[in-house]
Amino acid sequence: MLEAGKKNPEVVALCADLVGSLKMDAFIKEFPERFFQIGIAEANMIGIAAGLTIGGKVPFTGTFANFSTGRVYDQIRQSVAYSDKNVKICASHAGLTLGEDGATHQILEDIGLMKMLPGMTVINTCDYNQTKAATIAIAEHHGPVYLRFGRPVIPVFTDPDQKFEIGKAWMVNEGTDVTIIATGHMVWKAIEAGEKLAELGIDAEIINIHTIKPLDEKAVLKSVKKTGCVVTCEEHNKYGGLGESVARLLSTELPTPQEFVAVNDSFGESGTPDQLMTKYGLDSINIVEAAQKVIKRANK
Amino acid sequence: MKHKINELEDIAAQVRRDIVRMVHACQSGHPGGSLGCADFMTALYFEIMNHSTDFKMDGKGEDLFFLSNGHISPVFYSVLARSGYFDVSELATFRKLNSRLQGHPTTHEGLPGIRIASGSLGQGMSVAIGAAQAKKLNKDHSTVYVLLGDGELQEGQNWEAIMYAPHNKVDNLIASVDYNGQQIDGPTEKVLSLENLQAKFEAFGWHVINSDGNDMDAIVKALHYAKSLTGKGKPVLNLMSTQMGYGVDFMMGSHKWHGVAPNDEQLAAALAQLSSTLKDY
Repeated sequence: MLEAGKKNPEVVALCADLVGSLKMDAFIKEFPERFFQIGIAEANMIGIAAGLTIGGKVPFTGTFANFSTGRVYDQIRQSVAYSDKNVKICASHAGLTLGEDGATHQILEDIGLMKMLPGMTVINTCDYNQTKAATIAIAEHHGPVYLRFGRPVIPVFTDPDQKFEIGKAWMVNEGTDVTIIATGHMVWKAIEAGEKLAELGIDAEIINIHTIKPLDEKAVLKSVKKTGCVVTCEEHNKYGGLGESVARLLSTELPTPQEFVAVNDSFGESGTPDQLMTKYGLDSINIVEAAQKVIKRANK
Repeated sequence: MKHKINELEDIAAQVRRDIVRMVHACQSGHPGGSLGCADFMTALYFEIMNHSTDFKMDGKGEDLFFLSNGHISPVFYSVLARSGYFDVSELATFRKLNSRLQGHPTTHEGLPGIRIASGSLGQGMSVAIGAAQAKKLNKDHSTVYVLLGDGELQEGQNWEAIMYAPHNKVDNLIASVDYNGQQIDGPTEKVLSLENLQAKFEAFGWHVINSDGNDMDAIVKALHYAKSLTGKGKPVLNLMSTQMGYGVDFMMGSHKWHGVAPNDEQLAAALAQLSSTLKDY
């Protein structure tokens, strides 16, 4: 935020009583007049953000993913998306990673909600560096964006100086036997799975789709053409997420066996994030098993 | 004064003709609230606001208006057209396929004068606050206006916004409530009582004034007074009494004409009560 704010004086930030969780402190210290503390009133926050764009501002709203989407869906739909407003909706603690707080604070439906809105760009980043690069990139992009990211305590493995291109897949690892398409926290799990698969003699191609909409169709088709089977991985309901976007593409362009590593139409619950990832089938072992299964289905 | 009161009244009469003709032509839309707010909207666009019909979305250096109760789009479209944002002939396309004049206002079709979509109620006050705060950041000393329905105040988001604006000294904002006491299912007092709105807004920290929204002289004076109260640390609320359907006797004072179009006979009866002052579109 601080860097985006330094680059563009029109960037402003809004928060609904979660400044610490959203790591907005540095921005607020540097640009106090460009920060708006809204209080616990997310609907008002989205409306104010839409209004700020009319005066040429580039507002970033910040709260947890559930309160950034489901709680304010109609405000985003009418005042932001339908009104073509340049608002950046930044949502932390997406998926299961609010752990102990339980299902009221976890959301597994937000990608679906946001990608169904015409004109909305939907991004799900995988670590601190990618989130930082994406934050700077979306400030320069004109149009509404939903940026979904996770908790801070996960491995940081992407390049600190990466250039983030909206809508462009990142090839993590080239391979020939199976395509693993992962987003968000599941990218790290996919890398772990790739190592296990290599031990089993399976050469997995791992692609990070950080921009779920617009989807990098070229990258998906190119890889799947080569491997003939695909596993999609996301910390989201299997309904409405990245997996469905990939399936829609493949069913029309290149019908291909696909397995979904995603939450099976369920709410979350309390537990540590790691325990939840295991219970809801989002571990690297689940990706390994899905890869083996899909390879079999593809008769390879 | 840019106009004499009787000139403004003449414009409002034409706006009322436009409203009933638009709603009649497509046999849908909301004549009641539109007629009730014709005087206010005429006063705002022809007398009070400093605005340019050479439309720019950012409206820098101009006063801005937001319509939160988007269903009274006929009055909004008529006033925009009559003040020169687009040709009055386009009013004939209201609610028809491929029109820029959608049932509820939208930016999506690029109609000059519209800065936000509204229709789903309760969102306009927040947007107006954002636009007002952007003006402050831009050191732009113009004023932001917003109109809300009274029934619309049943939406909770309004109260988030009503709490926020005084706390943040959004004092370049004049909100008006179309206080006609009617909503789709009947009188607001029966559906969900608003109780003492003045006391409620004052308790939240607003400067509240009362006005008669169907008396041109009174509404012009009230809006000038409201403007004199800006820049003093508080947002301003204009609690504006109106009659739904004002200007057409058989539509007045009843919720029944909230969202019903007149038939041919009723149209003729309505037009007979409203003189064409600026020529029909």
